[in-house]
Amino acid sequence: MSVTRVMDEEEIRRALIRIAHEIIERNKGAQNLVVIGVQSRGVPMAKRLAKLISEIEGVEVPMGSLNVALYRDDFATRSARTISASDIPFDVTNKTVILVDEVLFTGRTTRAALDAIMDLGRPAVIQLAVLVDRGHRELPIRADYVGKNLPTSKKERVDVHWVETKGEDAVMIAK
Amino acid sequence: MQLKRKDILGLQDMTAEEIGLILDTAESYKEILSRPVKKVPILRGKSICTLFYENSTRTRCSFELAAKIMSADTTSVSVSGSSIQKGESFKDTLLTLEAMGMDLFVIRHSASGAPHFAARVVKSGVVNAGDGMHEHPTQGLLDMLTIRENKGRIEGLKVLIVGDIMHSRVARSNLWGLSKMGAEVRICGPATLLPVGVDKLPVKTYTDLDEAIDGVDVVNVLRIQLERMDRGFFPSIREYSKFYGVSKTRLKRAKPDVLVMHPGPMNRGIEITPEVADGEFAVITDQVTNGVAVRMALLYLLLGGGGSVVSA
Repeated sequence: MSVTRVMDEEEIRRALIRIAHEIIERNKGAQNLVVIGVQSRGVPMAKRLAKLISEIEGVEVPMGSLNVALYRDDFATRSARTISASDIPFDVTNKTVILVDEVLFTGRTTRAALDAIMDLGRPAVIQLAVLVDRGHRELPIRADYVGKNLPTSKKERVDVHWVETKGEDAVMIAK
Repeated sequence: MQLKRKDILGLQDMTAEEIGLILDTAESYKEILSRPVKKVPILRGKSICTLFYENSTRTRCSFELAAKIMSADTTSVSVSGSSIQKGESFKDTLLTLEAMGMDLFVIRHSASGAPHFAARVVKSGVVNAGDGMHEHPTQGLLDMLTIRENKGRIEGLKVLIVGDIMHSRVARSNLWGLSKMGAEVRICGPATLLPVGVDKLPVKTYTDLDEAIDGVDVVNVLRIQLERMDRGFFPSIREYSKFYGVSKTRLKRAKPDVLVMHPGPMNRGIEITPEVADGEFAVITDQVTNGVAVRMALLYLLLGGGGSVVSA
């Protein structure tokens, strides 16, 4: 299996800073924002985005993590993974929710996440931020903020490493 | 890790890893119970049948509520009002219901081993909701979840189960589960209410409550099952209450942060005094809430692997 590194630490850092600015620009500030990371992979990125936005705007942006296991459509074909509860310590109703995941692929996880958020309340807006958009959507879903568009074949695998979990920041393609 | 079994019949034949997985899953589902919309779609299209040959309020409601929160459909069958009263056998009842497409049976029966028999008859999963004087695994699991939640662990704790041990399936499930998870289990009751072969169980046995309660972290008080007391197991209710009732004074001998549990329904003033039942150490309503979470976890884990794909 060959592995190609497509983003390094610096590129990821710059992409996240750009996304943070785009989010603030589009929403005209950060007053009404909350950031929600999709468990487990979207959480480190959500933490960083929330921190960046807070630093740039000087307001505290609440951050939560969302478990979508109970909303998946492929539950019966995958094994039940180790589970941690959703941790959303705020009300999403009337908020601008920035939903964060690392890789946008088929769109099925995002569909599950949208349903999960709707069960928690009625947000004013939900926007999607991803580090990598690798194409091959199976549902009519698109990202509002993208770190890098990465054309891939369906056979390839995109791995995102975060310092928090893998000891380094990097995006790799394995084929 | 995955739960690789079709049925949950008792905690005696489960591993510590399996019990840990169920408790972890249940813990993560408690958040759903605190939401304004208590509904997740994961078990859409699954049919669950509660088949109860004995009376129940909390177990049946708890299973049905758990199933409904997970979006499964439930059908409940009890002896009165069903063809069981026309003499339909247990086996035929099961096969009839399975032919209607039940994915899982939740069974309570007065005969020990009835769910085990059912598990051999049907291809669908079976959960034991209490069989005779044998086991009540979901009660054992919810008790362990309550202990773990309040104490942060189970391993190394001293847990006392007091009362009518012989007739109690709750006691059996608790002692098997707790000892697998590394707790020291003590049982205490009048000698007439201790089971035969008690020396083969992984427990310390006492007949003196004041001695048994000394320094324990948890007291699990069992109900005196008057409906199973066809002969005199003790001279009088009053005498039982005097020697085996858990009172505020007796509780002083336990650890200062002792937990008091009771599987319900309580006989207030007999096995437990009202001031203890409503007191600061009691977690009896927490147990009921945890029961729903534990049953949600079991339904998810049992109906999880394999089977048909739930469409988006």
